[in-house]
Order: sequence, then structure tokens, then C-alpha cells
Amino acid sequence: MTGQLTTGQLSVSELEKIRADFPILSRTVRDSRPLVYLDSGATSQRPRQVLDAERAFLEQHNAAVHRGAHQLAEEATDAYESARARIAAFVGVQPDEVVFTKNATEGINLVAYGLSNSAVAGGAAERFALAPGDEIVITEMEHHANLVPWQELCRRTGAVLRWYQVTDDGRLDLDSLELSERTKVVAFTHQSNVMGTVPPVAELVRRARAVGALTVLDACQSVPHTPVDFAALDVDFAAFSGHKMLGPSGVGVLYGRRELLEALPPFLTGGSMIEIVKMEGSTYAPPPQRFEAGVPMTSQAVGLGAAVDYLSAIGMERVAAHEYALTERALTGLSEIDGVRIIGPSDCVDRGGAVSFMIGDVHAHDAGQVLDDLGIAVRASHHCAWPLHRRFGIAASVRASFAVYNTPAEIDALLAGVHEVRRFFRVPA
Amino acid sequence: MKLEQMYQEIILDHYRHPHRSGLREPFDAESYQINPTCGDEVTLRVALDGDRVADVSYDAIGCSISQAATSVLTDLVVGRTVAESAITMDAFMAMVQSRGKVEPDEKVLEDAVAFAGVSQYPSRVKCALLGWMAFKDAVGRAEAGSPDNGAQRAEAQ
Repeated sequence: MTGQLTTGQLSVSELEKIRADFPILSRTVRDSRPLVYLDSGATSQRPRQVLDAERAFLEQHNAAVHRGAHQLAEEATDAYESARARIAAFVGVQPDEVVFTKNATEGINLVAYGLSNSAVAGGAAERFALAPGDEIVITEMEHHANLVPWQELCRRTGAVLRWYQVTDDGRLDLDSLELSERTKVVAFTHQSNVMGTVPPVAELVRRARAVGALTVLDACQSVPHTPVDFAALDVDFAAFSGHKMLGPSGVGVLYGRRELLEALPPFLTGGSMIEIVKMEGSTYAPPPQRFEAGVPMTSQAVGLGAAVDYLSAIGMERVAAHEYALTERALTGLSEIDGVRIIGPSDCVDRGGAVSFMIGDVHAHDAGQVLDDLGIAVRASHHCAWPLHRRFGIAASVRASFAVYNTPAEIDALLAGVHEVRRFFRVPA
Repeated sequence: MKLEQMYQEIILDHYRHPHRSGLREPFDAESYQINPTCGDEVTLRVALDGDRVADVSYDAIGCSISQAATSVLTDLVVGRTVAESAITMDAFMAMVQSRGKVEPDEKVLEDAVAFAGVSQYPSRVKCALLGWMAFKDAVGRAEAGSPDNGAQRAEAQ
């Protein structure tokens, strides 16, 4: 993600071995074209090791976790908690600071609803209560998942939403906003899902801390692609999704600093998350159980544990180095094609492997359709970052996004595909 | 190749040279429609003369399929009665939603049969229908005397 990562490349044979772990990568699409999957920013593909772990769990150990004293219940609970511990270690935090959620969207909503529930929870939660005129700060490059929940929190509390703007070259404009004593939350992405931009996390955390605001990091696009240590980043909350990091859908993670999770009121309530229940009222379990109401997803958590093992075995430094090389190849190639406009940074500094672009005035849907016809899967839309697209004066863009299993040859296929789009829609040179 | 089946020359012609584009007055009703997955939008106005469609004018941002479909729509409904346009619209919708299983009636659909290839691509059906949905909504409003859905538009913007 930074300019220095050029060593530790995967060898050709290592990459072949990795690709062989992903059965879907060997299928063909649209009239026998080999699949070129460049949409991992939307969802990644899953290796056999993840699929096998889920299947083995379901065939041998399946039971409702944290309930019952029979052998299967014990084994299922052990598998679930072991996954939590490995996932926590993967992002540099303690197991009791990791809450399983459905996905990152739910994780961010958990924080937003926890904050608004603070107004009526009393006790230690009072520190979180928002008042009319308080400020929540986000950025113009956020995914809707780190935008709409904050709009809704503002609506519920009377707080005001403000945001850092984005520069013409897709960087965060730190001069566009001053935090104030009224700023209570600063929420931002760790890597733009559209432009790949990595904002200056340390500076954003420093500014938030200086005014006593909580920080919330959307780590969906960083955790799958580069070494991430939430404790070192010093953020208060962070969320990511399993399905973007070679793991199953239906499982995600919310990290919360222990003392904050201990004080935060619950979001969803019901079974599992209680301490004592009486008809007159209830008390709640300590975190993370307080935030895991109902029988949780289990094979998915086990599968995410296997995904973390898989990535760790390769080594996240090497994953990052490999994707850096792919990104550099794509950026260089695209910038040499007449009429292509890259949305966001055109260099590889502080930037990850999501590359969005326009081809002349060809609509993204039309460009995506031609690429699809060649077997190349990209995303053609606003990528759930509509305000960012509006800021660049476009409705939608084409996005190629990479993962550890992509090859330089696939980047070349993309570049050839872009030439074909130009030919098909007669884009002038 | 399926791609050429969808992007027929007639569609690309309408895309490059759209018929009746731009917003005009007078009109009886206006509809604003949006495709939330890609951000494409159309504002479409209908002017009626009795039970006849006197004019359809529009301002749209969108892909070739949505732009061309709106252009073809105007050819098929302007000068016809509201009842005739409803039959054409039903035939168009049935065709593009058919996954290739409905043989289009060229007598009803004329140039719009070119959109038969879209039915092979489920994710593009919404593109082909964006302008038609606006037309349906605007005609309904014109007949009901509720001229626009501007509140919805203001909220969206």
C-alpha cells in the first residue's frame, strides 16, 4: 500500500498454486471465455480450504454455540471461539474486542445505534450520548455503509453531519474541515473502495483524539489486502466483512476498544446477549456476547477463521506486494490508453488495488458489458459511493479490483478489453 | 457473439442521435425516474391532446441501452392514443423481461424489436425500462391531474 512494497513478490509457481485452490477461477463464462475475475472489491472468491473448513464443521461439529452442554455444543463453541481468537490476532487485537456481525455494514450500524441508544441507557453509556448540534464527521469518499448509518444517527439525535472533501486527484483534503469541540465521531475508510486511496489514518486519529472524538474505521478494503493492526492504528472501532477476504458471506467483524465496548449499550437484543432476565427488565452480558444476540452464524465464522489462516500462510506483506505490482501494471497500462480517465490517484503511493476509470464518454454499463463479453468481470456502477461519483461529475465508473489470486496476464487482458471497448463504441483517440 | 445481438446498429444509432431529446413545454405531467444501482436518471414529460400523446420530451443521463430505449419509445407513442401506447409498452416489457423466450411482434414494436437481445442480460433490463417507467408514470399523472413527482426528485438530489 505504500511506495516501498516492491519485494517479496509471489513466484509464478506460487501464484499457480494459489489459483489452483480456487475452483471457480478455472471455469469459463460467455461462450467459453476463461474467467478473468477483477471484482474482488465487491466480493472475493473462496479457496477450497475455506469451503472445506465450513463443510467439515457442518459434517462433524455443528450445534448452536454458547448453549447446551452436550459434546457437539462444546465442539461448536470451541470452533467458533477459536475462529474469533485467530481473526483477532490477524488484526492485532484481543479476542474479547472482536464482535461477530453479519458484515461490515452491520458492524457500523451497531456502533451508530449503540451511540443513539446511549441517550436512554444511563450509567457508563452516558459518555456516548449525542446532543443536537454535536458533529459527526465522515469523508466524501465513503462507501454508503459508512455514510447512511451516520446520516440516520444525525436524524435520530439532532447531530450534524460534516465531511472532509476529496481533491481532484482523489486524495483526502485535510484542509477542507476543522474538527471542533462538538465533534463526537470521526468515521473514515482505510482504503477507498472506488479509488484505492489510503487516507492518512494516523493524522485523522490524532485530530479526532485532540477534540475527544471517537474514531470508526471502515477496514473492508484494507484487511483483505495488506497487514492491518488496529491496535497500532489506535482507532476506537473498526469493521470489515468476511466475504471480501476469501471468507464466507454472512459474517463480518466489528472491533471495539475494550473499555468502549464495555460501556456501549447493545444494538440487537434477545437471546445469548443477556446476563439476567426478569419480566421487569434485564441486564446484559459483557462484550463481545452483549453484541451477539441470537444464535450466531457459525460455519461462516469457522470459514472466516480458515480464510485468515490461508492469508497468514501466504503472508500479508507478500499479498500486499503482489497486489501492488498488479495495481502498478494496471495504472501504467490504463494511463497509456487514449481517452481513459482514472478516477483517483494515478500513482501507487498510499493506494491499494481498486482502479476505477472512464473510457471516453462510454457509459460504465456499456464498457462493463463489452468486458463481460470477453470474460472479464468488473464492476460498472457507482460502487455504493454515489456522492464520490457526483463529486467527479459522473454517474458511474468501471472498477477493476484485485486480490491475491490475480495475475499480470489478467491485467493485460483488462487492458486489451479496454481497447476493445474503444473500438466497439468508436471512442476517438 | 451475443454482444452484437444486444448492441444492434439501430440501438447505437438512437444512442448517438436520440429522437425528441430535451425538455419541452407545454406538458401535462413530468416523471423523474432513477436506477439506484448505476445512478442513471431520466426526467420525462408527456403532453396529451385528448386521448392522444401529443409530445414526449426528456432529459436523461444513462447508458446506450437506456438512452436508445427512451428515444425509440418516443417514436412509438407520439401521435398514438394512450390506449395504443399501453399495448406497445406491455409488449416491450414482456419482450425485455422474457429471457429470450417471447418472440417479439414487429407490427406492434417496430424498431423496438432491436431490444430483444437485452432480454438475455437480466442486469440490463432495468436500463431498457427506465424511460418506459417514466412514460407510464407521467401518463398516469397526466390522467390523474397530478403533474409531477418533483418532491421525490428534490429528495433524491
